[in-house]
Amino acid sequence: MNHAEAAVAFNRDENRVDWHDETLWFVRSKRDRAAQTLPEWEQLREAASQIKNHVLSNMHDLLTQFEQNALANGITVHWAADAAEHNAIVHKILVDNGVNRMVKSKSMLTEECHLNPYLTERGIEVIDSDLGERIVQMRNEPPSHIVMPAIHLKRADVGDTFHKHLGTEAGATDPQYLTEAARQHLRDTFLTRRVALTGVNFAIAETGGFVVCTNEGNADMGVHLADVHIACMGFEKIIPRAEHLSVFLRLLARSATGQPITTFSSHFHKPRRGYGRRGDGRRGDGRPGQQMHIVIVDNGRSRQLGRPEFRNSLKCIRCAACLNTCPVYRRSGGHSYHSAIAGPIGSILAPNIDMKQNADLPFASTLCGSCSNVCPVKIDIHEQLYKWRQVLMQEGYGPTAKTVSMRAMAGVLESPRLYRLAGKVGRGVLRFAPVLAENNLNPWYQHRDMPEAPGESFREWYVKRVMSDER
Amino acid sequence: MNVGLFIPCYVDQFYPQVARATLQLLESLGCTVAYPLDQTCCGQPMANAGYAHLTDGCNQNFIRNFSGFDYIVAPSGSCTLHIKHHLHGKGDTDERAAQQIQSRIYELTEFLTDVLRVESLPTRLPQRTVVGLHQSCHGQRGLNLAPMSELMREQGISKPAYLLRLVEGLELVDLDRRDECCGFGGTFCVTEEAISVKMGKDRLADHQRHGVEVITGVDVSCLMHLQGILRRQKSSVQVKHIAELLVKSEK
Repeated sequence: MNHAEAAVAFNRDENRVDWHDETLWFVRSKRDRAAQTLPEWEQLREAASQIKNHVLSNMHDLLTQFEQNALANGITVHWAADAAEHNAIVHKILVDNGVNRMVKSKSMLTEECHLNPYLTERGIEVIDSDLGERIVQMRNEPPSHIVMPAIHLKRADVGDTFHKHLGTEAGATDPQYLTEAARQHLRDTFLTRRVALTGVNFAIAETGGFVVCTNEGNADMGVHLADVHIACMGFEKIIPRAEHLSVFLRLLARSATGQPITTFSSHFHKPRRGYGRRGDGRRGDGRPGQQMHIVIVDNGRSRQLGRPEFRNSLKCIRCAACLNTCPVYRRSGGHSYHSAIAGPIGSILAPNIDMKQNADLPFASTLCGSCSNVCPVKIDIHEQLYKWRQVLMQEGYGPTAKTVSMRAMAGVLESPRLYRLAGKVGRGVLRFAPVLAENNLNPWYQHRDMPEAPGESFREWYVKRVMSDER
Repeated sequence: MNVGLFIPCYVDQFYPQVARATLQLLESLGCTVAYPLDQTCCGQPMANAGYAHLTDGCNQNFIRNFSGFDYIVAPSGSCTLHIKHHLHGKGDTDERAAQQIQSRIYELTEFLTDVLRVESLPTRLPQRTVVGLHQSCHGQRGLNLAPMSELMREQGISKPAYLLRLVEGLELVDLDRRDECCGFGGTFCVTEEAISVKMGKDRLADHQRHGVEVITGVDVSCLMHLQGILRRQKSSVQVKHIAELLVKSEK
């Protein structure tokens, strides 16, 4: 189902669309208020954008520096060219440790790589520990938003899901009751999993460490209790120095949810020492207590880096401000984008991964430009959407009927004579045979009336006026 | 001051009264206005649909029609923005002509405020009218016609709102979402019909909540979309292009 078809389905329940729109507009408004509290907001955006520009131009050196420092810290560094390699690396770490179940905190990269189904097929149980992620996981749905994965669900939907999967009371909608049920369920998961996987928000070349931001502390809970920490990052998450974190951490949560900062910004630099299990199962013998792995993933990023008009998309810090502000996203829902990353940013990332599959996404926009204005790293999102449209249609991913009609339209509009003739005929049809336009085959007419056709065009009036003036 | 009047194709064909109002407004403010007779379209419908490679003919025609004016003025933010960003010539001479056009083309309201520096208008509405302004995205965010709610820096005034406030009897209201898109979006309005209509309805609801009698704006395309929905709703809310409100009635 393409974006337009999915949007039709989503819009069948108009009250739900209104609710979805208002929920996300509320977040966008919180973002505005949070940004207003910082007089230096636009300078911060500029600084973040410049740092990211520097990163994009020095990617190789920064990643190499990061690897060296991470290795020196005792972190095992893996490189994955694509999603398949990423998944295989994670799987091998689990197998090497004789583990068949894992807890995981939020990582859009693993969604992009479809890690969960890959591991499930290989007999490994994965439990997502971010509350929203866990809810959509139980429902066997992908996240509909990169920061608030279950934002498309109402309390009642969550109650039904928990009733089915966690045995809560039928019809329960009390947030405290439902959250408590999730807490108990996840507590058991945290206590019993020996491997925890997290994403990476920022990896610091200078220190070889990385930062994971969560609001629930679930990444820390998973990692602190596990013997193995696997962190997966797209290579664009690198930043040069620790001091640059201050710029990004101030922008990230304010842009995402309107909070001054995420509740937890956890810094990981080296594997924990001294809490390893001894032969008899007791803890603490002074040896490295934990393995720490980092998987650095390309999966099309170097291709995007090599496309001058689209490389800016790799500056993204996944705050979702562009989703929240996008009037189309708010009224079509995340799933309509049929891609791990929804919304405007997803629509410029997805065609890089698969042009044919995602040729519809750059068209799921009115090019209103609000996305580019909220972007904390100043990605020219709506301009990239425009550019993708050109690339996709030139590469032949447009429907044939559209290409034919666009050729015809261009032919008419480039010829003053044909244009005037077509205008006259078109107005005539609307005036004297409106049924030719006012029917259900005309998508404009389904929910909108046609404009009234005047007897004469402006040009016709103007020519008469000039003639009468000259007379 | 020698002004070339650019009237977008669909305005020429379906909204000639907007073009006439634009012409009269400019003339009443002392401009010598010429309407080049062989103009057609800026090429935006094809370009936004991903077919910019088919717009050479439109570009050539635009350059032929609009070279040599001191200023080019259009009652459309969207078409003006398209020309500013995407007009290209064939060969060096042509490209220079294209660049000259790009530096001389103005959307109507920015021409009035920035070039003519209009400080008063002799316009009075026959009766007190509550008006809502639809800030079209391309004009607002593309041409900086008005402050953008997402940006936190100083941004100046809303040029269309400034002009509307000069009209006696016109009461401009504040909307809840002052710069949300109406959902027209060129071919988006038919390829993504469901969302386009929903966005339009929501935009209208904001105006209707504030008791607006007339909705105005700088882009006829957005207004045409909103008007289509209003008519289907059998609403009494009127839609008028800003030129129709700013021009002194001939009566």
